Amino acid sequence: MVYLTRIEHFNAAHKLYNPNWSKEKNDEVFGKCANENWHGHNFELYVTIKGEPDPDTGFIYDAKKLGALVNEKILEKLDHRNLNVDVDFMKGKMCSIENLVVEIWKQLELHLPQPVTLHCLKLIETSKIYVEYYGGK
Amino acid sequence: MMSKKVAVIRKEQFNAAHRLYNPDWDDATNEKVFGKCALPNYHGHNYELEVKITGKPDKKTGYVMDLKKLSDLIKSEVHGRFDHKNLNLDTKEFKKLNPTAENIAVVIYKLLRPHIDKEKDLMIRLYETPRNYVEYPAP
Repeated sequence: MVYLTRIEHFNAAHKLYNPNWSKEKNDEVFGKCANENWHGHNFELYVTIKGEPDPDTGFIYDAKKLGALVNEKILEKLDHRNLNVDVDFMKGKMCSIENLVVEIWKQLELHLPQPVTLHCLKLIETSKIYVEYYGGK
Repeated sequence: MMSKKVAVIRKEQFNAAHRLYNPDWDDATNEKVFGKCALPNYHGHNYELEVKITGKPDKKTGYVMDLKKLSDLIKSEVHGRFDHKNLNLDTKEFKKLNPTAENIAVVIYKLLRPHIDKEKDLMIRLYETPRNYVEYPAP
């Protein structure tokens, strides 16, 4: 088994704000991240797939095609966008990186051709904060 | 003779939302010039700021400038204004000024300059992304 990782990046605005809570409660829980007019980040996304190299190509999956797929299906929707407002698959969800990485996984799984298997997504929000997701429950 | 000047640099970071938009132009022109950066609902960045102070080290302390004091200054003048803010909506500095990296660097220079010893040179380097950065003043 070999693991292949493609690294992509995007910039976006978001805020952490639970509409079911008062402004005071949001400020208490989310601090500056609840700023009503948004803030933003340079996000980095590491997409890791796993498999056996194909005997004819030596590839698990063409890394260039993987990059094109991530760009077309994910980054087109996220890059230079407002994650709370503009992104169909984040509608009604809290825009934490935990939730975002799970939703990106769901989107990618829909579009990756068989037998390419997603192994891990790593989503970096700042130089000090990132999440990893390996799928499943 | 070799210069006795030394440069000291403090790095800080802040996160903010913004969009690039010239209100004197229509939406189509803004989109043509600024592309995705003009999208109406804002996007954002992790801004990495490097503040460089150049001068002769003080004879008593050996410091060009106390970097803890510089850090505190950046936190009060820059971080306090811009961190986790929308530069277009939440700051008076960019109410009428397009918040490009160039303009942000010039604004930060003007905010810090009055607080730094006149004998010392100040230079701002601002990374908007790991791949794009600006410097002010340019040599």
